[in-house]
Amino acid sequence: MSASLSRDEVAHLATLARIDLTEAELDHLAPQLSVILDSVASLQGVASADVPPTSHALPLTNVFREDVVEPCLTPEQALSGAPEQELQRFSVPRILGDEQ
Amino acid sequence: MTTTTDTLVPFDEVLERYDPALGLEVHVELNTATKMFCGCPAAFGGEPNTHVCPTCLGLPGSMPVVNRRAVESAIRIGLALNCSIAEWCRFARKNYFYPDMPKNFQTSQYDEPICFDGFMDVDVDGETVRVEIERAHMEEDTGKSTHVGGLTGRIHGADYSLVDYNRAGIPLIEIVTKPIVGAGEKAPAVARAYVSQLRDLIVALGVSEARMDQGNLRADVNLSLAPKGSGTLGTRTETKNVNSFRSVERAVRYEMQRHAGVLDAGGSILQETRHWHEDTGITTSGREKSDAEDYRYFPEPDLVPIAPPREWVEELRGTLPENPTEKRARLQAEWGFSDLEMRDTVGAGALGLVEETIAAGSSPQAARKWWLGELARRANDSGVDLADLGVTPADVARIQALVDEGALNDKLARQVFDGLFAGEGTPDEIVAARGLAIVSDEGALSAAVDAAIAANPDVADKIRDGKVAAAGALIGAVMKEMKGQADAARVRELILDKLS
Repeated sequence: MSASLSRDEVAHLATLARIDLTEAELDHLAPQLSVILDSVASLQGVASADVPPTSHALPLTNVFREDVVEPCLTPEQALSGAPEQELQRFSVPRILGDEQ
Repeated sequence: MTTTTDTLVPFDEVLERYDPALGLEVHVELNTATKMFCGCPAAFGGEPNTHVCPTCLGLPGSMPVVNRRAVESAIRIGLALNCSIAEWCRFARKNYFYPDMPKNFQTSQYDEPICFDGFMDVDVDGETVRVEIERAHMEEDTGKSTHVGGLTGRIHGADYSLVDYNRAGIPLIEIVTKPIVGAGEKAPAVARAYVSQLRDLIVALGVSEARMDQGNLRADVNLSLAPKGSGTLGTRTETKNVNSFRSVERAVRYEMQRHAGVLDAGGSILQETRHWHEDTGITTSGREKSDAEDYRYFPEPDLVPIAPPREWVEELRGTLPENPTEKRARLQAEWGFSDLEMRDTVGAGALGLVEETIAAGSSPQAARKWWLGELARRANDSGVDLADLGVTPADVARIQALVDEGALNDKLARQVFDGLFAGEGTPDEIVAARGLAIVSDEGALSAAVDAAIAANPDVADKIRDGKVAAAGALIGAVMKEMKGQADAARVRELILDKLS
């Protein structure tokens, strides 16, 4: 099987994942990721028409919670792991262009 | 003020050369007691980061569990929009790095929405337009960022951002239309009518506060232009932050004119997010729109699929309210309101209140008069919705009944409302405690009239000479003497009797 991931695709994925990769790292990683993907893809050879695709291992549906308020964390607890905080809010580095 | 260098083509010329295609995405924030996947309160506001827990903060080891009532609301919205309800659907992770979601992903639905293939018939200037619904899916709201530093408070130029996660995880239903083509010059009006009537539907369902100004209902406007008659779809832009019905209409119109300017000059439209600016009525470039695959959606492994049993769906169908358009027509006929009176009542968010006031015994016109006059003014002054004023339809009906009986006049009735706002009890208790009832003691009234005549001999002479219009001055004097607690019509009768 030929390389299923191109070097460009790996570079794009690295950008999406906010990982800085050097040219040398791209050269090194792209073929490796392809091998991994191809290995996983070999599972598709086992699939047959009578095996429905599944995304969940548990044979469960409709697991619900009633709409009842439960205790929250205190703001002190919530912010205890924050590297920076101000005005009882999480302080994060400036954001450019990624607003949802 | 944000300004623009965009070339805008006059609206009429846009229509000569291009066909617009519209798409609307409306996010509805549900009014459940708790968030979508955890038991934190979904209440608006609160001190920063007080409605948070390990799940909505995305802390390691926490696990989400779906709110049953949010699923019910999603299904009811879907049914009201004539959608099919999926027999099986799942959640998906939408991955991105903006810190408004502490998990680095938003839990949403992607390839398997819970509701799909519906429609809503929209009245536009007396004409019915069918808007096809592509899907309605469940997801969660994001946290609120405040940008610090920089000049404008917007993202660009900010030094850092502060995030409050109280809103993160509040249930949202995103309702997406199919492209609306063929609307031509009516495209802006169709967009407005759709969002407005969708809001009516959401209110009738009772699943959201549905206030656009508070962000309970948020519209994104997709627009593209194609050469006239080509039957194709052009590249679209998605305009966000459109927070009123009027803005929806203006944003569509603006983007049509802007697209035409770009296309006329031989340019091509960039597929991007645009920001709507309410103050100047323009859009500015946001970010380039990511392809869906850049969000690397994948099935949410921590939530099992939802397979709504058909009995449950049918049970929920039984809870649907009367279709709002039909209901409005029925009520207008029953009440004898003019088109304008009806539009004003609906626009003020008073339809339900007026309906309940009438049900409590008031005449339709009296109910409308109080809610759209005195009470609308007070709600406006205090910046709250009519429904949150603290006055019930039963109160209004009782006060009007006292007016009808002749026990109160309008001026005294307003003082009873003062008492209601001050929490002084029921209308009858307030009338008694404040001594507001009209004085029906003829002896006292007669004495006051005699005193007024004696104090104003020249006015009395005029009336004796047949200048009945002069009676107003004497009525005023009597009403003052009686501290407003007299029936002005009876006072007038007494004056004319005595001076004839």
